[in-house]
Amino acid sequence: MEVQDQESLGRWDGLGSRDISSRTEAMDNIHQEVMRKVEAIGPIPASAPSPLASGSAPNIDLNDILAHLLMLSKRCPFEDVRERCARLLQSVQDLGVRIPRPLGNGPSRFIPEKEILQVSKVDARTQAIIEDAFAALGRLDNISLVMGFHPQYLESFLRTQHYLLQMDGPLSLHYRHYIGIMAAARHQCSYLVNLHVNDFLQVGGDPKWLNGLDEAPQKLQQLGELNKILAHRPWLLTKEHIERLLKAEEHSWSLAELIHAVVLLTHYHSLASFTFGCGITPEIHCDGGHTFRPPSLSQYCVCDIANGNGHANHHDDLLGNQEVCGEVEVLMERMKQLQECRDDEEASQEEMATRFEREKTESMLVVTAEDEECVPSRDISRHFEDPSYGYKDFSRRGEHVPTFRVQDYSWEDHGFSLVNRLYPDVGQMLDEKFQMAYNLTYNTMATHKDVDTSMLRRAIWNYIHCMFGIRYDDYDYGEINQLLDRSFKIYIKTMVCSPEKTTKRMYESFWRQFQHSEKVHVNLLLMEARMQAELLYALRAITRYMT
Amino acid sequence: MEKMSRVTTALSSNAISGRTMFCHLDAPANAISVCRDATQVVVAGRNIFKIYALEEEQFVEKLNLRVGRKPSLNFSCADVMWHQMEENLLATAATNGAVVTWNLGKPSRNKQDQLFTEHKRTVNKVCFHPTEVYMLLSGSQDGFMKCFDLRKKESVSTFSGQSESVRDVQFSMKDYFTFAASFENGNVQLWDIRRPDRYERMFTAHTGPVFCCDWHPDDRGWLATGGRDKMVKVWDMTTNRAKEIYCVQTIASVARVKWRPERKFHLATCSMMVDHNIYVWDIRRPFIPFATFEEHKDVTTGIVWRHQHDPHFLLSGSKDSTLYQHMFKDATRPVDKANPEGLCFGLFGDLAFAAKESLISSDANRKPYPGGDRRYPIFFFKKPDQTEQFAHVSSALSVFETDLDSNRMDWFVKTAQLYLLSGKPFAELCDHNAKVARELKRPQVSTTWTMLRIMFSDPANLTTPGPNHNLSKLGTLPLMNSFSMKEMGSGMGTESRLERSKGESRQDNIHLEPGNMHISNNNEENEETEGSEGQAEYMFGDAELDDDDLYSMEHDNQTEEQEYTLPQEAFQLRHEIMDNPSAPEHLQQDKADSPHVSGNEAEVTCLTPIESFSLISISQPLFSPHLPASFFCPIVREMLSYYAEQGDVQMAVSVLIVLGDRIRKEIDDLTQEHWYMSYIDLLQRFELWNVSNEVIKLSTCSAITCLNQASTTLHINCSNCKRPMSNKGWICDRCHQCASVCAVCHHVVKGLFVWCQGCSHGGHLEHIMNWLKSSTHCPAGCGHLCEYT
Repeated sequence: MEVQDQESLGRWDGLGSRDISSRTEAMDNIHQEVMRKVEAIGPIPASAPSPLASGSAPNIDLNDILAHLLMLSKRCPFEDVRERCARLLQSVQDLGVRIPRPLGNGPSRFIPEKEILQVSKVDARTQAIIEDAFAALGRLDNISLVMGFHPQYLESFLRTQHYLLQMDGPLSLHYRHYIGIMAAARHQCSYLVNLHVNDFLQVGGDPKWLNGLDEAPQKLQQLGELNKILAHRPWLLTKEHIERLLKAEEHSWSLAELIHAVVLLTHYHSLASFTFGCGITPEIHCDGGHTFRPPSLSQYCVCDIANGNGHANHHDDLLGNQEVCGEVEVLMERMKQLQECRDDEEASQEEMATRFEREKTESMLVVTAEDEECVPSRDISRHFEDPSYGYKDFSRRGEHVPTFRVQDYSWEDHGFSLVNRLYPDVGQMLDEKFQMAYNLTYNTMATHKDVDTSMLRRAIWNYIHCMFGIRYDDYDYGEINQLLDRSFKIYIKTMVCSPEKTTKRMYESFWRQFQHSEKVHVNLLLMEARMQAELLYALRAITRYMT
Repeated sequence: MEKMSRVTTALSSNAISGRTMFCHLDAPANAISVCRDATQVVVAGRNIFKIYALEEEQFVEKLNLRVGRKPSLNFSCADVMWHQMEENLLATAATNGAVVTWNLGKPSRNKQDQLFTEHKRTVNKVCFHPTEVYMLLSGSQDGFMKCFDLRKKESVSTFSGQSESVRDVQFSMKDYFTFAASFENGNVQLWDIRRPDRYERMFTAHTGPVFCCDWHPDDRGWLATGGRDKMVKVWDMTTNRAKEIYCVQTIASVARVKWRPERKFHLATCSMMVDHNIYVWDIRRPFIPFATFEEHKDVTTGIVWRHQHDPHFLLSGSKDSTLYQHMFKDATRPVDKANPEGLCFGLFGDLAFAAKESLISSDANRKPYPGGDRRYPIFFFKKPDQTEQFAHVSSALSVFETDLDSNRMDWFVKTAQLYLLSGKPFAELCDHNAKVARELKRPQVSTTWTMLRIMFSDPANLTTPGPNHNLSKLGTLPLMNSFSMKEMGSGMGTESRLERSKGESRQDNIHLEPGNMHISNNNEENEETEGSEGQAEYMFGDAELDDDDLYSMEHDNQTEEQEYTLPQEAFQLRHEIMDNPSAPEHLQQDKADSPHVSGNEAEVTCLTPIESFSLISISQPLFSPHLPASFFCPIVREMLSYYAEQGDVQMAVSVLIVLGDRIRKEIDDLTQEHWYMSYIDLLQRFELWNVSNEVIKLSTCSAITCLNQASTTLHINCSNCKRPMSNKGWICDRCHQCASVCAVCHHVVKGLFVWCQGCSHGGHLEHIMNWLKSSTHCPAGCGHLCEYT
């Protein structure tokens, strides 16, 4: 399904237009084409149980189109397109052709579909944002839908991503998508990989590259090392790594290209975290997003059952409520205490340093304990991930890595200037995105209103940076222990360091009384904090190389 | 305690009281500060906190303030300041949010005096009051500024900058109570130390964080700020609104800015990223640094002038773990390396050239360009300023204006308006145009016209015997030519009549061709036709030429023409002759075209008097049996191409039109079309609508003539019932009233209708014109004050 012929590429373009007549025109064309293909398959005897089950070439092509139509009928921000797609599918079905139906329940496995942004009912502002996104990409992906909980952030995110992938930049378009694939593949994130394989082919990428990194140009192969280190142990990045990339004769990278690549890599590493953290399901039109099988007895597909989606869901919530009643209140109480009596305890400097170290080591133990429990779900690993890149476990025992002090190299002072110098405007966008994520608040916690959550947000942000060995001199890491309980730490740790191991149980076991939108908010924080941490290491290495 | 760190000798040796020198620190520095008598400097950083004595030849480490086995984060300094009154007193801002004071007078090894841990985040800046011994100000990442009285255990007042991080705080040098604070969101706030509740004023100074600010040591109103947006700005704070008076664009984000003592317009900056140099700027000359210090190998983090009244010593600390003393005389002066010459072309072909005065004067004896260009030397002298060390810069700016007649476009407009393209005998046209060109001081063009006349109409000038062999065949040619001229004349009459009704829409149809825009010369224009198009301008009478002029022709010397006339003999003429017979066909076609066009326009009648248009009847057909005009065609063709190449499409097209069939066959249609398009485009740029229409009309390229055929319909509504007038005629279908009645004579207007856009009354052009000469009110009596423009 990856290889689409030229003619089919332009097919969907008109649908993103804001002009209703050009959308109608595009729909008319699609309608005719679908009907032509359906007829080409030949008249189907009404009694025969679909001769189309297995694929001759035109058949496969048709199935792709039908899958795309299915996606549009659910996800297109324009009502008229949704309706016409649905009608077209219906009429195709009336002709006796088997049509696909979506698998799974909505964009996320973790979050009930009814809570997530519905394309059909959004306010004007969100509508404008998703129309823009749809016009740019020709789709509205599940990630955007889940982020739709926080439209302010979504806008900033989409603008940045659009700029990174489609606007002026030092790297060619297919390089950008390939780098995205490389980054996502590091975390075995099949969702992002699928998405970008399609995009990669659409912008004219060589399908051969998809067989593995070995088939890609030398230049991209060299990026593999950086990718690996950044994804799993960014603190090991040195200026020698940078130098190797920049001084490789004909395969060498320019500084501007490298910055672009680094931003892309970090973007997709952290986006993979988000994808797993929110249990994003495959896109409807991609592999695994739809099925042509008729609905079976059960309303739920296998994966849903495995993850306990469905009835059990509500049951769990009920139980949970009783069990951890008052969890939120305890947390709020602690925040209050910390705010009031922070001067009383007046920890010594040594104490502060040890606290940071303790938090650091503990964050490692958190997952080692978890390791046995969750078997990595390798079955989704993509065919072209280079097998020679073994997964590097996050561990610092035995090796001494000097602590990274934010006061010596911060995003605001240093990172921003470097990025903006080499890749204009992106610094600004990232800056806005980081600030948006960090400062986002509705002053609510679960059911409580008017809560100052800054302390909690800072604890989460700094905890993630702490796991990457980044230390804030002016932060008391004792706060983290007070505010983040163990199950939350497990979730954070897993999501940031080995997102592919995230399970629905983890997602559900932390902050049980909180709303899904708040959990998504946490995910945004995690994602941005992780991205900034990786960026800081990469940019510091580049700065060192430059001086 | 370590006694001395490594000290090296350095660049210069014969300094009076010090020299450029440096010493290695053990760790990167974050900030430095000097004591009041300029003999010692303190260096602070994450892992360093030391005092060095400034000796004649070297830095000598005096004291290490970082004591204790396991130094706490309180020693990790983001900023340090030495009190300018009390020489034993220092303050540091710690990265963990502590503000620490140090008393060098303490007998113990640990000199720590007070510790304030009120800030929740990193403290970015500490600042002592310049005259008050016990007053200390701090600004922190948590968005608060705190004022401490060192005799008390905690802060006396807290100033809230409303959530954004504070990057710098500075007490004003002159105003006792005022301090400035700069913020991460780009704002600068002014506070009164006595009023912690609210800032006195706030303004946005930069996009992105403002990393630093500095009050001018002498001028109380001036505040310099530096930001991540790579700018240094100087603000005048004495006015009600802070006013930006100077702005210096640097190449990297500005981390520190410090006014230079004793030099009112100088300040030093260093950058936070990428750029390691220290620049000293003269803010009045923001494009090039006044001086540069290039010693550091990593970013400079702290700069300070060694003595507050000595502009010659600058101290700097850097991430490369060195401490430098820079002598001003050792600084690099970028201005010496700069290329002081500048050259620029103006929009209208003027050329400006700036160079050092010395260069200009040495060239002064050289002759200026012969072309009559005018030069305006403008000299810039810097005011001699005894404190100014800047090399005296005086440069001369010369502006070379191009010749009015040849490079301004006036001639183009004039030529376009005055040329005659049709309506007279060929010879008269040529002579007229030659005269026009001559009056505009374009002798070559003028001569060309004269030559054309001679070549194509005057038998006396044709002496070549060659063509006579083909006489029998050729004899008809001149006949045809003159015939065609006649036809053109009358044909034009009809066409120009049509023209009037199309006038409104014609400019819309022209495609602009970007090709030959820049310069072009040439043009033509028939006054008569302009008159017939009076619809657009109500002044057709004025522009008519005296017919007398046409006949009084002068023959110029023809020196320049030699280059054209000489090659004539070398050319074969045979194929020219072959081409000619097809000319009549063209004519036929043209004639056929005209009625067709008028057919299209039948419904729009025009009433404008045609009387002003003089239909030319050729007085004496120019026969010359011995003259094969086609003989010259190759030369003329070349000549036209030459003009077009020169950018003078005007000439090319004018000649093309005047010569008509004589030359048309010689030049391929595409080229012709291209010339026409370029010329029409130019004419329209100069708003010479009439001329351009004339050219369109006279052109023989179908692609050009059709420009006037498009969108020629004018939709009108009935003036009574406001419905569209769908059918032909002057009576509205619906209300059966006559539409378009003249408000003056109350008859139907069937031609040019002029109406007021204010009250929508109108009528015959002349009627309205006359009416409004005597009255200002609408003739319909609606009371509207109509206006003619």
